[in-house]
Amino acid sequence: MRKIWLIIKREYLSRVRNKTFILSTFLTPLFFAGIIALAVFISSDAPERERIAVVDNTGAFPNKPDSSGRIIFIPDASADTADLDSKGYSAILYSPHTGDNDGGAWKMYSRKPLDAGAGREINSRIRSDIEKDLMVRNGLDISLVDSIQNIARMIEMETIVLQKKENARGPDTGIAFGIGYAAGFIIYIALMIYGSMVMRGVMEEKTNRIAEIMVSSVKPFQLMMGKILGIGAVGLTQFLLWAVLLLGFSMIFSLFIPAELMQQAAAAGTPMPQTADSFSKAAVNLTQTQKELMSVNWLLIIPGFIFYFLFGYLFYAAIFAAVGSAVNDDSHDVQSLMFPVTAPIVLAIIIMITAISYPEGPLAVWGSIIPFFSPVVMMARIPFGIPGMVPWQQLATSMFLLVAGFLFTTWLSARIYRTGILLYGKKITWKEMWRWAFEGK
Amino acid sequence: MNILEIVNLKKHYAAQKAVDGISFSIGEGNIFGLLGPNGAGKTTLIRMITGIFFPDEGNILFKGNPFEPLRDASAIGYMPEERGLYKKMKIGEQAVYLARLKGLTRSQALERAKEWFARLEMDNWWNKKVEELSKGMSQKLQFVITVLHQPSLIILDEPFSGLDPVNANLIKEEILLLAKKGSSIIFSTHRMEQVEEICDHIVLMNKGKKILDGAVTNIKRQFKENLFALTLEKMTPLSAAPSFDLVRNEEGKIMIRITEGCRPHEALQNLLDQGAAVTGFYEILPSLNDIFIRLVEGTPQKINASL
Repeated sequence: MRKIWLIIKREYLSRVRNKTFILSTFLTPLFFAGIIALAVFISSDAPERERIAVVDNTGAFPNKPDSSGRIIFIPDASADTADLDSKGYSAILYSPHTGDNDGGAWKMYSRKPLDAGAGREINSRIRSDIEKDLMVRNGLDISLVDSIQNIARMIEMETIVLQKKENARGPDTGIAFGIGYAAGFIIYIALMIYGSMVMRGVMEEKTNRIAEIMVSSVKPFQLMMGKILGIGAVGLTQFLLWAVLLLGFSMIFSLFIPAELMQQAAAAGTPMPQTADSFSKAAVNLTQTQKELMSVNWLLIIPGFIFYFLFGYLFYAAIFAAVGSAVNDDSHDVQSLMFPVTAPIVLAIIIMITAISYPEGPLAVWGSIIPFFSPVVMMARIPFGIPGMVPWQQLATSMFLLVAGFLFTTWLSARIYRTGILLYGKKITWKEMWRWAFEGK
Repeated sequence: MNILEIVNLKKHYAAQKAVDGISFSIGEGNIFGLLGPNGAGKTTLIRMITGIFFPDEGNILFKGNPFEPLRDASAIGYMPEERGLYKKMKIGEQAVYLARLKGLTRSQALERAKEWFARLEMDNWWNKKVEELSKGMSQKLQFVITVLHQPSLIILDEPFSGLDPVNANLIKEEILLLAKKGSSIIFSTHRMEQVEEICDHIVLMNKGKKILDGAVTNIKRQFKENLFALTLEKMTPLSAAPSFDLVRNEEGKIMIRITEGCRPHEALQNLLDQGAAVTGFYEILPSLNDIFIRLVEGTPQKINASL
């Protein structure tokens, strides 16, 4: 035990003290923050705002230009399909009706088709303007109409999954999808990064020939487990640091959200606000996101993540170690031996992407039980709720099989490893590895 | 007491019998040469003695008790032929780490590492990484790491390969000193001249079997061919006599083989009678190299004695 502890310590410290580790730990969150910022920047700025001329014979449209949305509506009775381009319009919105408004047939003329989002926005704009026009014509006060429409706009559906516990609120499907997707993906990346770190570590020991000196002092199993556990600790450290850094970043980020938006958001949280029309869409979104994040059962997700992260890593790390021990100095070898190990991990992410849309389907259920895929697939399902989505016995079976699988791969890999690390200058075939593993020769 | 006793040790791989019934023993403070051509099974044998491999059959007794790898590993120091160190680790740290894996405490390991580094004039390397060292330097480090934990059995596989003569001599002196202090040393090599210089006792292996075992001087005597060298003051025509055969006679270098049953001085008398002005007359013992080649190739070799 003392020896394995020494090995863990060396494997851990030699990596954590490394400049590459420190840089990648601090730069990765910055990199992701940068990507997100870039995405926000692009999406907020990129779509050119369409200018649309409105030739309105109904009188429902306001008769001054309106640029409050993504689309700029410009009342221009003289607009014609002939001078569309020269006046800088992307389309002409035309209503043929005069007199009594029955909604009529609105037409839009443009050179090229507008995107679906613009189409939807224009449509809903026509509807709400005609609705307002009709209500005013039928004697309602215009400010009342505005208020009604604003309240209506803020209505969002809330999903409730019926559970045995009364009134238990289920998580919002959208946020569960997001968390599940992220958790599955993070585990996938972790398996790849730390798994190949184990493999490279074993290869290094083999090609440096230090392995022979090591196994004259410690058992090969101790050497292998020391490395696996040491690198596992490196992975945990890195994730912990990332979590702390991301939390820090998001706190700094929240300082940049305007104060009045935060106040509005706080006020919007109270039910049925009288002054709903004064809230901006952003405030509503913020409240909504906060509410959704609160509805997620973090007490299940976080321990679940740690469990599947750790045991998924241990399950695959042992296999990576065995492959590393079989590799020669030849890099071509590495590719051909690594493929069968990385293939199930890649398959897991493919299953996860499909399964997350049908988290109760047979693919999702089997994927989250078979140890090769369960760390990735199960983590995508857990945020949808236990036992709502994942029954307890399914979770127990999945966890049991993963732990059993880890014990099995470790046992198997140790048998390949102890022969492989001392075999120099020879290409090792899968057949030979099979023989070492199961016949011990 | 014998530090190591090996009895009928066997290890078979799928394709060949790497070690096939080897027995020998090594006394305390002995320097023991384990010889054999490449592929003779030396490395496999050593790996069984160091506990890396389990034997298929046979026994290893270490200090009189059955060998227990976990317990006895700390009493063995092994320097494999394929040298290995962590390239990116600082060498002082590395020496301490490997010594602690052999059971030393941190302070013991630190103290002894400093001592050895000073002895071999390596002190200013402490914070260097292995990848910055020259080949000779890392060989020295490798030796220090092998003996740092004061093992009672030291196994050195080709310890001098890659060392310049100065450092080779330095290491040789250290090996002799360790033996004098009571450590037993197994010295595996195919460089015979070093074996003759250092080893008390040798075992020669080929194809997994032991083909020779004994003290170096005895072995040489056992394989002698009654060859004598002769130096003369000036060229003299000589002819063979009943007491000897003329093996070579050129440029004042003369080699004779004494006939079985005759004594050297009879031959010398005959030569003097032939008018040879003898300035030197001495016996040629076969070198271990000759014996090695003869035994390994299975056919008697023509001895190419250089005078």
